[in-house]
Amino acid sequence: MKKQDSSAPARPQNDTASVMRPQSDAVEYLLRLGDDRLVLGHRTSEWCGHAPILEEDIALTNIALDLVGQANLLLSAAATAENAGRDADALAFLRDGLDYRNAHIVELPNGDFAFTIARQFLFSVFSMVQAEALQPSRHVDLAGIAAKMFKETRYHVRHSGEWLLKLGDGTDESHRRLQDAINELWCYTGELFLADDVERRMAQQGIGVDPATLQLVWNAQVGDVLRRAGITAPDVLWMQRGGRVGHHTEHLGHLLAEMQTLQRQHPGASW
Amino acid sequence: MKKSQAPDAGRPTPEDSQWPLWEVFVQPPGAEPHQHVGSVHAVDAEQALQNARDVYARRGEGVSIWVVPSSAIVASTPDDMGPFFDPGNDKPYRHPQFYKVPRGVRL
Repeated sequence: MKKQDSSAPARPQNDTASVMRPQSDAVEYLLRLGDDRLVLGHRTSEWCGHAPILEEDIALTNIALDLVGQANLLLSAAATAENAGRDADALAFLRDGLDYRNAHIVELPNGDFAFTIARQFLFSVFSMVQAEALQPSRHVDLAGIAAKMFKETRYHVRHSGEWLLKLGDGTDESHRRLQDAINELWCYTGELFLADDVERRMAQQGIGVDPATLQLVWNAQVGDVLRRAGITAPDVLWMQRGGRVGHHTEHLGHLLAEMQTLQRQHPGASW
Repeated sequence: MKKSQAPDAGRPTPEDSQWPLWEVFVQPPGAEPHQHVGSVHAVDAEQALQNARDVYARRGEGVSIWVVPSSAIVASTPDDMGPFFDPGNDKPYRHPQFYKVPRGVRL
């Protein structure tokens, strides 16, 4: 991927806000994996207390806990690989948006329930297929994390998939909202399968998985559920991208401001 | 003998406008019988199973879940308590413990 010239002024180097120096492949890769789940976990947790029915409130917060738990493991592995005295908390709460490596799709605002569930489904199928492929990783920690991720994400796929069928094949309103959600989300799905040199090198070393190899399985699984839900995927000319190198939508800054404010105001605070 | 269901069991009422009610039974690890742990609202069996898993099985409580529509549960009423249960309590000779085991007999 071509590096872009930065036209922004050089940022001051300090402990908490510095743009990270280029990291090793392993750190970059683990951050991408971890940031996807941390940001989506945060988004999903925003439903706490607001879901349409009590059982769904508990279901969504369970999913959020799973995602944040996965992120904790992945960011811990990244911190270990970085070996610069940071831990998972420092990575989560003291990095700025430019240093985050998540894909755009997970940072989008929750929207209505249809949008939330559709985004959950599209990402969860990707995550499940990715986790399954990562189980034989040569990186021992990552292989263990992948096994846990695979189990949890199978349930996320099952839960969100059921909802897709109910909404798509439900009332006129639920169908319309779901179709609108898929129309809006589709241009963010391509980024999940975009591979650059980092992923390719990780795959070559038997540590990571080239996400481009996951596209076909994802297409098949997602396509099957959309068809049964009576939803069509739109034709998209341009897939959004940039998250993997720190170029994010306008939404991530607000998300991190909320997520990080406590740690930034009271460094080292804990329960 | 009067069978009884709670009035409108499982059907939405003005007080409870949520989805149909299901009773949840969870089997703890160790091959013990399923225990009633509570109820969930759901529109169909698959959703009832998932909701039960999310609400009642997140802290290692179980290895198996049964969900049953509340309307399928038939229950005895408080009125039945006398005729159903009292007669068993004043006839100790119905229980094995009433009898002394003769010497030499192995149980």
